[in-house]
Amino acid sequence: MSVTAQIDETAPPPKPRIDMLPLAIIPVLALVAIPLVGNLPGWINLTVAGLAMGMMIFIMASGLTLVFGLMDVLNFGHGAFISVGAYVAATVLVPMAGLTQSDSFLMNLVALLPAIAAAMLISGGLGLAFERVIVRPVYGQHLKQILVTMGGLVVAEQAIRAIWGPEQLNVPRPTSLRGAFLFGDVAIEKYRVFAVVVGGLVFFAMMLVLNRTKIGLLIRAGVENSEMVESLGYRIRRLFIGVFAVGSALAGLGGAMWGLYQETVTAATGAQMMVLIFIVIIIGGLGSVGGCFIGALLVGLVANYVGFLAPKLALGSNILLMVIILLWRPRGLYPVANR
Amino acid sequence: MSDALLSLKGVNTHIGRYHILHGVDFEVPRGAVSMLLGRNGAGKTTTLRTIMGLWRASAGQIMFDGEDITRLSTPEIAQRGIAYVPESMGIFADLTVRENMLLAARKGTIDDTRLGWIFKLFPAMRRFWSLPAGQLSGGQKQMLAVSRAIIEPRKLLLIDEPSKGLAPAIIANMISAFAELKQTETTILLVEQNFNFARQLGDSVAVMDDGRIVHGGAMAALAADASLQQQLLGLSLSAHQ
Repeated sequence: MSVTAQIDETAPPPKPRIDMLPLAIIPVLALVAIPLVGNLPGWINLTVAGLAMGMMIFIMASGLTLVFGLMDVLNFGHGAFISVGAYVAATVLVPMAGLTQSDSFLMNLVALLPAIAAAMLISGGLGLAFERVIVRPVYGQHLKQILVTMGGLVVAEQAIRAIWGPEQLNVPRPTSLRGAFLFGDVAIEKYRVFAVVVGGLVFFAMMLVLNRTKIGLLIRAGVENSEMVESLGYRIRRLFIGVFAVGSALAGLGGAMWGLYQETVTAATGAQMMVLIFIVIIIGGLGSVGGCFIGALLVGLVANYVGFLAPKLALGSNILLMVIILLWRPRGLYPVANR
Repeated sequence: MSDALLSLKGVNTHIGRYHILHGVDFEVPRGAVSMLLGRNGAGKTTTLRTIMGLWRASAGQIMFDGEDITRLSTPEIAQRGIAYVPESMGIFADLTVRENMLLAARKGTIDDTRLGWIFKLFPAMRRFWSLPAGQLSGGQKQMLAVSRAIIEPRKLLLIDEPSKGLAPAIIANMISAFAELKQTETTILLVEQNFNFARQLGDSVAVMDDGRIVHGGAMAALAADASLQQQLLGLSLSAHQ
């Protein structure tokens, strides 16, 4: 016998419901900004700048949202990985001035790739140590997590000052990523296009891993209900350590990219970015990578549009954005089920 | 020698400063359906969670298939062949029905013959195969939770209140499904509050009260004794029919 009650076998299977509304906010916001900005070249410039900023924030924030989702860990020390990533990239790039100043994109890439790889490796390694020494003793204790991880951030900042010195460090941007693409009156900074491409690739890769691999399936399930994943026979702790390391490495990548964007970095860069990162993961829905992506793009666009239209409001614009979104959707744009 | 697949001896469990289980002793015979009954707060769910290692036993011993699993972690216990369906069902709402099943298939692939059998047992699973589990009804979620537990042969199924919150028609069909599962000689430990549900499926029964086992024996004997039901559960079978 089978459980058939209330099931019409002949009816077609229902279609999955996809919530498109949060996705629509980005084009709507961009369209609303056109008349407010007043000129098309300026609008295109601001929009690309906003998207580039959003992509870099997404790269920095994506790991943190998964770390929170999987193990309920509030890691205020995440900013340390961002700063370290930027410093390591600068350290690798500075001695390769010959390559970074070359007009050849290939030569620039020869300098850039090891710099980014080193930033990710060192940040990822630091993340592993951070998890082992600082986070592991305070699992499940939010207040202690905040205190201890903030302490970790302070220690990391001081360590950076001890290693690289107290002054800000210049991050040499390769020649190919300087200047702008010109389309009539429109000038689009090359580096912003590069950031959008890298951010897009990171997002695509993450979605591929999360949706097409067993590890990704486990991460998505673990974010929803880690206890049940353990009850199915999987060691969520190992998964978490892996996610923590990858998240730290991504923060390092984001830091390196942010450093190249600003062409300078200080020990406090990571801590300064944390406000925006927390806004992004709260807007997106804690633990949601898709939500984090949309949230980061929104934050980037709002920061740039408001910075142009009402510079005095720029500082508070993203807090206001968070308030509006949370009033509309208290659990964020794409909340993870069961959280 | 007893043919118990699972046995608990003097199991105590503390949650924080609360002492929940006070020396729980009972056995789950191999190949049978055992029912764990009791009032709200008697300690049934805590017992299942302690067996699964989700809460640690502070004293006592849990033996499974001849091995002491008392100190093993939850994943290690699951890997020994125990499947757990919690009261909350524990389905992953953002994952599709297929992904939920795939995750439970530890081999990484789902056996087609077994899946066909599950589809026969729960046709809704075939129909909603590609739908996010969060979009299923309560009854369908329960079917998914049970399907997930049996996607691969397990030595023991621990199922916590499968009838809770379900419509009577769905409960009746769930009973049929469990009856079919019973034919495969899978060992099942079912926590239930619905005595009618328990009576139809159970071979043996243990009744809990205040964190202790207060009665153990054949289900048929308890089903036939209205005064014992009244004494142990505060109800008679007639109240559930």
